[in-house]
Amino acid sequence: MNPTGIAVALLQAVFVIACAPLLVGWTRLVRARLEGRVGAPIRQPWRDLRKWFVKERMVSEHTGWVFALAPLVLTGSAVLVAALVPSLSTSSALDQVGDLFAVVYLLLLGTVALSLAGLDAGTAFGGMGASREMTITAIAEPTVLVAIFALSVSAGSSNLGVIVADTLSRPSAAASPTNLLALAALAVVTVAETGRIPVDNPSTHLELTMIHEAMTLEFSGPDLAMIELAAHVRLVVFLTLLANLFVPWGIATTAQPLHLLVAAGAVLVKLTVLATIVATVEVFLAKVRLFRVPELLAASFVLAFLAVTASFFLA
Amino acid sequence: MNTTEAAFIAMAVAASAAVAAAIVLPARSRVVWVGVFTALSATAGGVASLAVLVGGDSFVTVIPDVFPLGGVRLEFDALSALFTFGTALVAVPAAVYGIGYSGQGPSSRPAQAAWPVLVWSVMMVPAAGNAIGLIALWELMALSSTVLVLAEHHHNAEARRAGQWYVAMTHLSLLAIALALFILVHQTGGESFAAMRAGAANVGPVAASTVFLLALVGFGVKAGVVPLHVWLPRAHPEAPSHVSALMSGAMVKLGVYGLLRVGWDLLDGGPLWWGAVVLTVGLISAMFGILHALVASDLKRLLAYSTTENVGLIFVGVGAAGMFAASDNRPLAAVALAAALLHVLNHGAFKGLLFLGAGSVLTATGTRNLDHMGGLGRRMPVTAATFAIGGMALAALPPLNGFVSEWLLLQSLVHSLPSEAASVAVAMPVAVAVVALTGGLAAAAFVKAFGSAFLAMPRSAEAEAAHESPFTMRTGMIALAGVCIALALLPTLLANPLERAIAPATGIADGAPISTNGVYVHLAGIQAGLSPLMLTLGLLIGVVAVFAVVRRSRARSTVRDIPPWGCGRTLQTSRMEYTATSFAEPLQRVFDDVLHPEIDVVVDHHTESRHYVESIRYHSETRDGIENRLYEPLLAVARRWGDRARSVQNGSIHRYLTYSLVVTVVVLLVSQ
Amino acid sequence: MLRLLRTILRAGRATEPGPSADPSLVLPSHAGRLRGSLQVRLVDAGSCNGCEAEFAAAFGPVYDAERFGVRLVASPRHADALVVTGPVTRNMAVPLAKTWEATPGPKLVIALGDCAKDCGVFAGGHGVHGSVSDVVPVDVEIPGCPPSPDVIVAAMRRVAGG
Repeated sequence: MNPTGIAVALLQAVFVIACAPLLVGWTRLVRARLEGRVGAPIRQPWRDLRKWFVKERMVSEHTGWVFALAPLVLTGSAVLVAALVPSLSTSSALDQVGDLFAVVYLLLLGTVALSLAGLDAGTAFGGMGASREMTITAIAEPTVLVAIFALSVSAGSSNLGVIVADTLSRPSAAASPTNLLALAALAVVTVAETGRIPVDNPSTHLELTMIHEAMTLEFSGPDLAMIELAAHVRLVVFLTLLANLFVPWGIATTAQPLHLLVAAGAVLVKLTVLATIVATVEVFLAKVRLFRVPELLAASFVLAFLAVTASFFLA
Repeated sequence: MNTTEAAFIAMAVAASAAVAAAIVLPARSRVVWVGVFTALSATAGGVASLAVLVGGDSFVTVIPDVFPLGGVRLEFDALSALFTFGTALVAVPAAVYGIGYSGQGPSSRPAQAAWPVLVWSVMMVPAAGNAIGLIALWELMALSSTVLVLAEHHHNAEARRAGQWYVAMTHLSLLAIALALFILVHQTGGESFAAMRAGAANVGPVAASTVFLLALVGFGVKAGVVPLHVWLPRAHPEAPSHVSALMSGAMVKLGVYGLLRVGWDLLDGGPLWWGAVVLTVGLISAMFGILHALVASDLKRLLAYSTTENVGLIFVGVGAAGMFAASDNRPLAAVALAAALLHVLNHGAFKGLLFLGAGSVLTATGTRNLDHMGGLGRRMPVTAATFAIGGMALAALPPLNGFVSEWLLLQSLVHSLPSEAASVAVAMPVAVAVVALTGGLAAAAFVKAFGSAFLAMPRSAEAEAAHESPFTMRTGMIALAGVCIALALLPTLLANPLERAIAPATGIADGAPISTNGVYVHLAGIQAGLSPLMLTLGLLIGVVAVFAVVRRSRARSTVRDIPPWGCGRTLQTSRMEYTATSFAEPLQRVFDDVLHPEIDVVVDHHTESRHYVESIRYHSETRDGIENRLYEPLLAVARRWGDRARSVQNGSIHRYLTYSLVVTVVVLLVSQ
Repeated sequence: MLRLLRTILRAGRATEPGPSADPSLVLPSHAGRLRGSLQVRLVDAGSCNGCEAEFAAAFGPVYDAERFGVRLVASPRHADALVVTGPVTRNMAVPLAKTWEATPGPKLVIALGDCAKDCGVFAGGHGVHGSVSDVVPVDVEIPGCPPSPDVIVAAMRRVAGG
């Protein structure tokens, strides 16, 4: 737990938080361009966040401390995860504090906090969003953990730094069936957990089609800003995991400023590519019915299971 | 006399004092003194266990000629001490809680007398060192818990039925355990555990497997694994809440203890398929338990099924450890077993806490039905906060203790490959998948239970009129919440005790499975690291940092006490909230094939026209699938044979005289 | 999917250069705090849907109001401006008031179309309660029956501080 390691962890957190709204802005811009529109500039989500801080915070009479605490827990856990994931360097002080399992369960903590807030609102929409969100999260869990299993078999550990270092040291492993299958499985889970099409439409206005949005209908002002920022950060965290666990080249293995700068540039390029893919998928695919989502997640589970089997037979 | 011996004597003395208080004292002071003495007895048990776990003490003693068949031998090693420690952790707060709870409910002499007996026998079972001792203490535990399950049967028909199921199942377990021990005694020629250990080589593989399977059935009934779990969701809800807390938190763990003791200690381990069977049983129990917990509207039934799920997870750890040990991966086996034992302690703490909270809600609202609760967070803040802590541990969320043992279990499963045994290679991914799914579903169950009971608006008049529990109940809950937090932040303190518990009893002596420097946790032979303390610290820093950023903006512009946004609707009542049943409905639909819910919709039409609806009745029930498909047919067959046998006894005196004549003639002929 | 790709490539950018912000609109002082980001909640208080069609077109590819920082949201708690169309019918009077109360300040009400301004052709109808200003305070009026999308975009741009 040396000072350099702590500095790297803090830097990663700040980096992810700063880039997250910009990356979401990029996603919206790509989607707009594909639809033939101009779209808002990339910095628009930051403007929205700044604006929400001057809005009133409305607290309904039936809510309690859960409604007040949930945005804090959601955003706090997102910040911790932003510091944990190896976006810039593997020499962060938090490397021994939490591994990939810890990241997954911290994200689950945020989801549970938001679901409870949705129930605390006391409206039918809040309950509906909470119910659907927990259903999808529960069914996505096996895929996530079995995919982590596959990764840790090849790397020998579920520790984030070790997985990254392992792929760096064995470049051919990046194209192995294990890694490719695990990547496909985690890509589907990313879409499910971050609420993008084809699982959930982030810009829908029809309450009966909402999942994530339904839980946030009651929030306003600074609380809404926190929840939106946490959603952006969670998307970037998932994309960073996809990028740096499977295609880690460019990441720094030390804490030297020059290496960190190069790593920042590399991860930004990878994130931009991934965000473009997410936006393109949103334009080309339609949202599936809620009760078809378990089938989609079951298919991703099969991919993850095959990844583990491949890791055993090709060990 | 060492500390352990003194503590054992104190345990017995305090328990006797409690029983005496129950019999002698009048109602008002009865509950107080029973609670105090039971808590003292449990504390003594905790001291005894700590003396062994931390201090390295040991305790062996023989009390001869207690029963016609022999004496009782007590042998208290580190493995026993771990389980007794887990019991003490739950029993002390539960006893304090029981003072306030019984003050409002069951304070009859039998119930009050049975409570300290139950606590004492649950603490003593791990200390049994011979077959007679184990059977005697097991039966004592069964009898005292039956009395307590039936404590409220006067005004509750459900409690009577629960008692019947419980008595039947617990004696089935006694039969199986007695048979297993009998075979062991016969094969090894010795009655005490030490003699069995010494003679373990004489037990042939067939006999060993028979003993193991009988022990699995017998101890599995007590542990509540599928398909022997049917008594659990009936008995645990009906018992008084502090009793349920002890039963779910400590008594079911004795099933795990027995399996470890017989399978590993006395039988000296076994072939790979033993571990595979335990693993499979564990996986099925975990899935079945959590699915039924998810669709249960009765809060205590939900918690009871969740106990089945968690015991399933413990069995997964034990089974995996067995498989690893048999395939020559002893360090990993030690880690898996450490995970299972840590979960024994953790589950005891958080499940005990949740049952105490459920009891608090029950006394305040008079109902266990989640669909009739709501808004209790505002009316019962202490109960809500402690229930939240227990529930978060149930959902295995960081930073609480459920996460640490789940992490440990996953690490042991994940490092199993590459392995030489093909069955391990097949089983482990399935195990990880099932553990993951149950973890996700457990989080959903927690959100459902906590959200329906404590959040938003009350759904019934009783919930609206609820108020916080009395002081002793609150103290019990807060104490147990403190235990959960301590276990969450400082699991490193348990590293040495776990090593002591695992190594000698199970023969895995390859060093400490968990090594720690107090802050970080490292696992032997595996590259894995976690720091629960640092993770909690990081989370707190994150939350505080975010709070600091938004604090001024929030304080400046908060508008309170406005109606929620309901799409401009003019009427906003609690009828518009989601109920617990509706929350679980999507998952119920996804798992339709396993749950087979029975849904009845009865539509009453208006007398004047079929096109107008007067009322709609919706009834949805998910019954226990195993009870329906396994037990009901068996019971039906038994009833049919019983009916046929009844014709033997038709009341005719002539026929009875003929029976006597025939039997006398046969006996005379045979004895020639 | 390939057909969609071909359509995208062939259509290119459909957006026309947008109108500049309407300088004639007078905004209340608190509108300045929303500068650059305007979330809009559309409330149909009883319109014939003509204004809705034009409003939808204003957010379509040709007029693209989103490029000026304007976004549609589902909940009034998320909104800065309520765009109200149609004369306020009797059934929608209370819901409209509740929607306005549910919106956090600083907030604006934009009356879209002649009906919202003064009931238009439906003035005096048996189901009509009144104009929007009879129920909630109106800050901006966009006249027209229906107003064309570029008039709408010009007004939005002015409100968003473009």
